[in-house]
Amino acid sequence: MTCLDIIADYGLRSIGLGERLLPRSDFTLCHQFTLIGSGMIWNIYFGTLALTSGFILATLLALGKASKNFYVRKLSGWFIFIFRGSPLFIQFFFAYFLFLSLKQNFTFLSPLTSAWAGALFVLFCNTAAYSGEIFYGALQAIPKSDLEAADAYGMSGFSRFRRIVWPTMLRLAWPAYTNEAIFLFHATTLVFFSSFPAWQQRGDALYYANYFADKTFNPFIPYPILAGYFIFLTLILIGLFGLANRKLNIHLPKDKHTKIKFRIRLIR
Amino acid sequence: MFEFCANPENLSEFSWLSCYLTTPKHMNLFYSVGTVLLLLLLTAPTALLFGFGGAVMARSKILLIRLIGNGYISIVRGVPDIAFFLFFVIAIDQFLEWTRHKIFCPEWSEPIRQGNDFVVCTIAKLPLNSSPQWIHEIYGFLLAVFTFAIVFGAFAANVLYGAMRAVPKAQIETAVSFGMTDRQVFRRILVPQMWVFALPGLGNLWMILIKATPLLFLLGVEDIVYWARELGGTKTAKFTSYPHGDWRVWYFLGLLVFYLAFTRVSEAVIDTLMKTLSHGTDTLGGNLQRQVGR
Repeated sequence: MTCLDIIADYGLRSIGLGERLLPRSDFTLCHQFTLIGSGMIWNIYFGTLALTSGFILATLLALGKASKNFYVRKLSGWFIFIFRGSPLFIQFFFAYFLFLSLKQNFTFLSPLTSAWAGALFVLFCNTAAYSGEIFYGALQAIPKSDLEAADAYGMSGFSRFRRIVWPTMLRLAWPAYTNEAIFLFHATTLVFFSSFPAWQQRGDALYYANYFADKTFNPFIPYPILAGYFIFLTLILIGLFGLANRKLNIHLPKDKHTKIKFRIRLIR
Repeated sequence: MFEFCANPENLSEFSWLSCYLTTPKHMNLFYSVGTVLLLLLLTAPTALLFGFGGAVMARSKILLIRLIGNGYISIVRGVPDIAFFLFFVIAIDQFLEWTRHKIFCPEWSEPIRQGNDFVVCTIAKLPLNSSPQWIHEIYGFLLAVFTFAIVFGAFAANVLYGAMRAVPKAQIETAVSFGMTDRQVFRRILVPQMWVFALPGLGNLWMILIKATPLLFLLGVEDIVYWARELGGTKTAKFTSYPHGDWRVWYFLGLLVFYLAFTRVSEAVIDTLMKTLSHGTDTLGGNLQRQVGR
């Protein structure tokens, strides 16, 4: 069996296309590269969707935490505190068992007990809380002169937010937000280790890497392959966010651009 | 535990609960909280030691050592931490067994990797097959501590490396002009002064470490996650005198609250510590104090 056959059989295995059974013996390097790469589909799925949907909630949370309304402020503050103060691993477990018990009373919630919806929901809340805190910090750091200039131009309400507050907030928060995005993608590897079932062995990259390590009792091949895939993904992310960063800073002179610095990671 | 617990069927709700929560099995859950605390206590200093080593290596004048140090700091950042946890536990175990195998059974001729098996001679096994259960548990726990220390050592190395660079250059130059050797500058000036710069980063790291402790479960240690799943599952009257439905959601709610409280308290302690240290910088000279007060 050539490597191309293996790719045809297992390349989309993680979403249920191709061969039904996972390889049981004679694991070649090609098997490992193909299946682990196939699992990356789930990591990208969780990461991208959680990041884009979480971005909207994060903006709302940041505005809520800075709001003048007592209840809105407290609500956003507690949401951020709960999701940042507890381990993501425990959040996954809690959410899974919560959805399991809710399912008995509300049948329409049953998709939430499977990973594609339930884990995505948890990741969405989690990243919204972390980025919300980043955006809140940036919101507090907006130069007063910018706001005064906006006032002087007679801007108010939504147009002031859309043209001045929001772009400045993003610009200030962007380096930290880039890191948050990278850690979110790393955090997606936890999904299938936290009770969410990998239905018909459709798992993510770490699920398959762990499968190979268990079967061959040799961790020195699957995990470095996984690491390679993730380093590649991280580089792509840094590149994409760097492009967005250039766009955000386009009106500033070159030397004033905020550089994206890869900082200490935050495990959830 | 209590005397009125002898007959659980005819208890009122509150006393039923107090009996239920003090069964010997639940004691395991409470002990495992101790396991988590012990892990934190052992890992924090070990990781700091690893981090110190990594930071010193990354500053070395010799290219090779510098590369190793920098590699150690940066590799852990591009790859999910949980992959490292799963990797190191097997890798360290196999490394130890391989080393013992080479020492104890030099006459062994068959290869160690036979297809999908990892075979070493019986006396090289770790722990020995004949060892009692508790030795197996302690070995597993120590492997976990070591794994945590390696991963968090890399983060600590990053923080300490930054802190060493944050020590004002004037301080170093003054020391050199006093005729101190490199070693003296390192020991008397650099290391004592870097801690103030490192504290915010190390505090952050401590919070991250707390939130990483549930991952012990993945390393095969019977920790709080294990017991919460075990105890929360449906129990029928056949096997226990305290039958109940699926209560796992409540157990994990408990864990969630436990971690929230833990991080909250830590945050308060770190804040106080920072304040105290900032006051204390009076003695470290005005330059440092201004940097911290900023």
